[in-house]
Amino acid sequence: MIEKSRFRDPDLAKRVAEKIHKLAPKEGTVKICHVCGTHEWTITHYGIRSLLPQNVEVIAGPGCPVCIVPASEFDEAVQLALKGVVVTCFGDVLRVPGSTMSLLDAKAEGADIRVVYSIADAVRMAEKEPSKEFAFFAVGFETTAPSTAVEIMGKPPENLSFLVSHRLIPPAMKLLVEMEDLSLNGFIAPGHVSTIIGLKPYEIFPKVYGMPTVVAGFEPLDILIGVYMILKQLSENKPRLENEYVRAVHWEGNMKAQELMRKVFDTVDGNWRGLGTIPSSKLNLYKNFAVYDAHLKHEVKVEKGVDIQKGCRCHLVVIGKIRPTECPLFMKACTPQKPVGACMVSTEGTCRIWAKAQLS
Amino acid sequence: MIRMCLAIPAKVVNLKEDKAKVDFGEGVLREVNVTLVNAKVGDYVLVHAGYAIQVLSEKEAQETIQLWNEILDAEAETQQKQSVS
Repeated sequence: MIEKSRFRDPDLAKRVAEKIHKLAPKEGTVKICHVCGTHEWTITHYGIRSLLPQNVEVIAGPGCPVCIVPASEFDEAVQLALKGVVVTCFGDVLRVPGSTMSLLDAKAEGADIRVVYSIADAVRMAEKEPSKEFAFFAVGFETTAPSTAVEIMGKPPENLSFLVSHRLIPPAMKLLVEMEDLSLNGFIAPGHVSTIIGLKPYEIFPKVYGMPTVVAGFEPLDILIGVYMILKQLSENKPRLENEYVRAVHWEGNMKAQELMRKVFDTVDGNWRGLGTIPSSKLNLYKNFAVYDAHLKHEVKVEKGVDIQKGCRCHLVVIGKIRPTECPLFMKACTPQKPVGACMVSTEGTCRIWAKAQLS
Repeated sequence: MIRMCLAIPAKVVNLKEDKAKVDFGEGVLREVNVTLVNAKVGDYVLVHAGYAIQVLSEKEAQETIQLWNEILDAEAETQQKQSVS
């Protein structure tokens, strides 16, 4: 495989940045939105924003899967844990505030909550301890949902159920593009979500909304070239869908993964933390998999939670309306050590990424 | 802690049914599930939370870098031509 350094070549990056400066409009501003926590990490970590012209802004959309799960679903996980069910989850999920407590708070009260690297670990744990009830808190976008589908199709042990909180990215992008006051001029579409869903779900953005859309990879040069491609489309006034991340993303996506997802999940309207309901944006288990549905098996259902704690502006940060530094709590009352909002907890949260890069 | 939309390339070292041992480089070996891909020994796969989600194409990786250089060179050439005319 090609050495990573080729994708981080500083000379090439400098040349691309020069092209970007030449292509940028002389008047007005260009606002490009990405929707992936890992894109935000690359942009912040490598200082990509400092290479761009002042009137070309790259903002972070709702690309952190942990940040956008509503508090009510964390409350359900906490309820399950306090009922004596062993809750397994990814590490990022542990400290995210629910309405009144996080899973870590529940753990401090004696609940059995275990962090796993992969859903396969959760299955193994349940198999090893058949006398205990287990529930896996399945959070994540299209990149993660196929692994949940694989395990459910693989007939997991009877003592394991799933709290499915998977969400879909294209419906959230539709919400953003329809927000007039956000005034977007282009999308950098998420590379790893796209390895699964392919390019077709993004077609509506250039076709219906006239929005240049480029699927990009995660190396600094991938993102710079992505910005260049969007500016090029804007300068030609020809919005289209382009794929910069050809080494991993194909037009049709991962069809095996898509087929498994279609078999296991129904697509329903879903609540996103601080954003309200987004049509057709959440995955639920189909009725024939009801035995694996933690809601039904353990009778937990929380309709409404407290999504935004007092003073927190995560709901504005996740759609890129404000920068983390514009939140009055950022690095004051809200820090990675003592987070108030979900965006400061997850390693994909914009506030956490900015805090770690010390952009305060 | 993993980043949940992050996927990391790794080389398939051996395969057994739906499981593969993959090498993340520098001797970091891990077992991953390969149900979602058609991978062969020697392929590079993108791994996300213990699952290979796509086989990476070396040819297309080469082409990416070539394309980047072409974009830059083509622009430079156009500008040169413009400045000459």
